[in-house]
Amino acid sequence: MKLKTALLISAMALAPAIASAADKTVGFSQIGSESGWRAAETTVTKQQAEERGIDLKFADAQQKQENQIKALRSFIAQGVDAILLAPVVATGWDSVLEEAQDAEIPVILLDRKVDASDDLYMTAVTSDTVYEGEVAGKWLVDAVGSEECRVVELQGTTGSSPAIDRKAGFEKAIADAPNITIVRSQTGDFTRAQGKVVMESFLKAEGAENICALYAHNDDMAVGAIQAIKEAGATPGDDILVVAIDAVPDMHLAIANGEANATVELTPNMAGPAFDILDAYWADGTMPPKWVQTESRLYTADDDNQAIYEMKKGLGY
Amino acid sequence: MIGATFRRITPQLIILGIVLLLNFLVFPGFFSIEFQNGRLFGNLIDVLNRGAPVALLSIGMTLVIATKGIDLSVGAVMAIAGAVAASVVTGGGGWFTALIAALAAGLLCGLWNGVLVAFLRVQPIVATLVLMVAGRGVAQLITEGKIMTFLNEGLIFLGAGTILGLPTPIIIWLAMGTLVTFVVRRTALGMLIEAIGINETASRLAGINSRVLLLAVYLISGVCAATAGVIVAADIKGADANNAGLWMELDAILAVVIGGNSLLGGRFSIVASLLGALIIQSVNSVILLSGMPPEFNLVIKALIIIVILVIQSPTVKHALYLLRASAGSAVPEAHAVGPRNSPAKETRS
Repeated sequence: MKLKTALLISAMALAPAIASAADKTVGFSQIGSESGWRAAETTVTKQQAEERGIDLKFADAQQKQENQIKALRSFIAQGVDAILLAPVVATGWDSVLEEAQDAEIPVILLDRKVDASDDLYMTAVTSDTVYEGEVAGKWLVDAVGSEECRVVELQGTTGSSPAIDRKAGFEKAIADAPNITIVRSQTGDFTRAQGKVVMESFLKAEGAENICALYAHNDDMAVGAIQAIKEAGATPGDDILVVAIDAVPDMHLAIANGEANATVELTPNMAGPAFDILDAYWADGTMPPKWVQTESRLYTADDDNQAIYEMKKGLGY
Repeated sequence: MIGATFRRITPQLIILGIVLLLNFLVFPGFFSIEFQNGRLFGNLIDVLNRGAPVALLSIGMTLVIATKGIDLSVGAVMAIAGAVAASVVTGGGGWFTALIAALAAGLLCGLWNGVLVAFLRVQPIVATLVLMVAGRGVAQLITEGKIMTFLNEGLIFLGAGTILGLPTPIIIWLAMGTLVTFVVRRTALGMLIEAIGINETASRLAGINSRVLLLAVYLISGVCAATAGVIVAADIKGADANNAGLWMELDAILAVVIGGNSLLGGRFSIVASLLGALIIQSVNSVILLSGMPPEFNLVIKALIIIVILVIQSPTVKHALYLLRASAGSAVPEAHAVGPRNSPAKETRS
């Protein structure tokens, strides 16, 4: 309820901007529904468009680039006022982006970037995955203080860019804390099942009493690992600190239950900032920077995680 | 008969022993088993427990492969069964209803595959590929693309509980393996399945109802996959339609192959396939315990598997046999070969 009121108030404050956004038509080419996060992104984008009175044309590409290119061409043919694109791959966008440019339709990239000249699109709204790792690392540095801390790390799918970036960010954050060391690091493939299996082996190899914290590259692996910690007879969130990234509903529930300590949000609201940019552009032609970083908010036990869980559960995660 | 079985599985036992020893080398505490929180706790237990899904799949896969078929859909069937079980308990049903519903879903998938293969004569690899691709979509439809979590104690027990200190999945796959082995080996069924694999036309002419038997092996494979799917979902208290059983059909086929069963059908050993599944899990365990960077995971696994398969290849086996034979009287098996051949020669002369 509170959130809705807050949104209403902010909507009223933005009233002049909304006047320019109303009656505008925006096309949104979504990758598909590969994960819960993406389903939530679609839901939030539709909500944001509705709140601003924007007519959103939604196209689900079912994980295929050719479907996205087709969708973009149809948006151009329909003469939409702007296009939001969540690109499934990085390459092969040049010609269709040129067509949009020729039709003078601004294109905003959501969540991922493309390998094309940056004057072909207006801006990219994405999260900084290295920074996400840093936020998680900083939380741990503050949480343990000067105590000795042996960390085990559950990596994402080997070679994937979020796994590489989230590892690098975390390592950067703990670089100045010699008391914190990563003693084991293995991939859990971003899945619950594998997170649990790998954590089991960590617990056996190191001994639960010798592990001070778990850092997982996503919440799903952390949720799986929490079960493994419980089965090994230790208390997750207390004996072993748990910090992860994404802020999916089940992780909020785990924090609310005291089984996890912190998570960094990968916000599904990429469209909000994109619409703000478009409002400003339509109002007085303001051009945004080429990269707009979304907020990587840290959630800990200090937040009302039960309420956030209830709110996020409906988003389609 | 026990002696024959033992001879059949000797290579697998030796390989398993070597891989377990490898585990011991990278982690000296490997063989220690403790009793804590009312359950046995140790790496060896983990291997048996984590090997459960592949072990279950390999039971059905062995029979399917013995008929010269293959079942690529088992991973997707796992996802469907997990999703069905989760949706039953989240809808307010009990764990037993959920289990029955999941097994029924597995049977239905098996029926689909079996009808395509046995009655419509679609090649097994193509027929089961259909469900492999479409099945995951079905599972995603059931869970609506989310991880469907549940808190039903009864269902969770099937994946994460213990009976007499042993994790339930171990009991389940041991029971399933014993049951199927008993049924096919204490009756003529096993031999009939082998006959179909060797020459289906001949076996049909000999009076074997090959269609019904083919259908039956795909049904068994479906049920095994559904059981594995329920275990995997129960283990993480949620049905993850995107990832449950993903690529596990390949591990199941590998288990059957490491078990020394021919992909061309014919003679089979379920016990050897189960050992194959344990070997695969032990290899995974080596990788996890070694603490190597994850970039090396697949390389290590590939190397170990290649070595195992090369050792088992007919050429190398033959070379080893010749080596032992030429070593002379020092090796007892060379003796065993001699006398066994000589009576034959005598009768011929």
